[in-house]
Amino acid sequence: MSQHGVSQDGTTQHGTEGSTKPRTDGTIRVKRGLAEMLKGGVIMDVVTAEQARIAEDAGAVAVMALERVPADIRADGGVARMSDPEMIESIKDAVTIPVMAKARIGHFVEAQILQALGVDYIDESEVLTPADETHHIDKFAFTVPFVCGATNLGEALRRIGEGACLIRSKGEAGTGNVVEAVRHLRSIVGDIRKITQADEAELFQWAKQLQAPLPLVQEIADTGKLQVPLFCAGGLATPADAALAMQLGAESVFVGSGIFKSTDPAPRAKAIVEATTNYNDPEILAKVSRGLGTPMTGIDMDDIDVRLADRGW
Amino acid sequence: MIGVLALQGAFARHVEALERCGAEAMEVRRPDQLEQCRALVVPGGESTTMAKLLLTFDLDRPLRRRLAESMPVFGTCAGMIMLARGVTDGRPDQYSYGAIDIDVRRNAYGRQIDSFEIDLSIKELDEPERPFTAVFIRAPLVERAGAEVDILAEVDGHPVLCRQGRILVSSFHPELTDDDRLHRLFLDSIS
Repeated sequence: MSQHGVSQDGTTQHGTEGSTKPRTDGTIRVKRGLAEMLKGGVIMDVVTAEQARIAEDAGAVAVMALERVPADIRADGGVARMSDPEMIESIKDAVTIPVMAKARIGHFVEAQILQALGVDYIDESEVLTPADETHHIDKFAFTVPFVCGATNLGEALRRIGEGACLIRSKGEAGTGNVVEAVRHLRSIVGDIRKITQADEAELFQWAKQLQAPLPLVQEIADTGKLQVPLFCAGGLATPADAALAMQLGAESVFVGSGIFKSTDPAPRAKAIVEATTNYNDPEILAKVSRGLGTPMTGIDMDDIDVRLADRGW
Repeated sequence: MIGVLALQGAFARHVEALERCGAEAMEVRRPDQLEQCRALVVPGGESTTMAKLLLTFDLDRPLRRRLAESMPVFGTCAGMIMLARGVTDGRPDQYSYGAIDIDVRRNAYGRQIDSFEIDLSIKELDEPERPFTAVFIRAPLVERAGAEVDILAEVDGHPVLCRQGRILVSSFHPELTDDDRLHRLFLDSIS
């Protein structure tokens, strides 16, 4: 990793032979670029090196290293924190694909540690217990890129305004129930569609209503899309869930508890990867959905005590 | 029609770049789609994932055949890995198509925190005096290039843009900038 000092905005310059100017790392383009490379893919939660290898074998584009999958965090209660660096290292050593890890909302020191460990993406995640009830991490201060959850467009734009380079729906992690992820995706994608139809005066109202930075709202009106890739997370358990998210406008999917809480993780992981690539092809979806064993049991939204998606501000 | 392999990765950005250049482009996920294309772009993404999905969706053999028939292909980053002769630091089951005589080492520039952008001068492009901003993301390193390979750009003494016959490969991502000159170079070479 880089031995050079990191400037205020997280970028670093290095001298390089044979080029007209030095190389620069940690730029917005470099940080958002990795998310572009993960598009059309599946990012899987793993808690051991063995699970990480199963995920890579199945065709995952990245793994999320954590100590407990969200379903267990939900069952165990208590404070959920960043994973042990030793565990993250063991997963980094086990696979060649990018490794992500979670920091608590607002816990910039956990993020500093994860950057020092050389993880490829940090998830400032509502699945862990928030460390700050007012502020999120200033993500521009880091070289490593961040993904953040959002339940609506305003939340997504506030995170982008803080430097997030990838947005995912929050869904309701650890439930095996896709209903919240669908709600969040529809809300984000639907509001983007409406903003493209708004006139200049209405954009001020949109910014106020969304509690989002006006320039970001204006940019969406111009381009018709979010500034960063939009992925889906929270409650996905089947190949059909993944394809549903993709057809609703997600560009990749995170699958947490859904794989390793099912009866037969390896074939399910492979099927979800294949469904994500061919999300628009019902024949392939029918083929890959066969004989996968029992998915995780799942929980109805009325039966949960803690809504993780309410965390974040 | 120019195909963009769309199993996973930055395929949509390549389609946009090709269309900005005035070419017709389509996403390729099935063998019948590959047959409609006279040239192919293999995008950046995860080479391990793409390699598995090429086999799963029966694209491996048609692609081998088209490469043997000299179909023009432009590979970026993971696409370069897929087209290389040798790959080191891959997975034990990693394979590549050997369409260009280079050996590459995966992720040799380091992890994401070591990813970078840099301005290159590339003689073969339009307006060669204007620098081309190259974005490197967990990029492969070219460790050997055969005598038949033209090296069009280097960083720190390692090739980053190579051409052999109708195969063009870059270890960086031209699709992540608005500068379409490299896509034009590829399109000009096949028109």
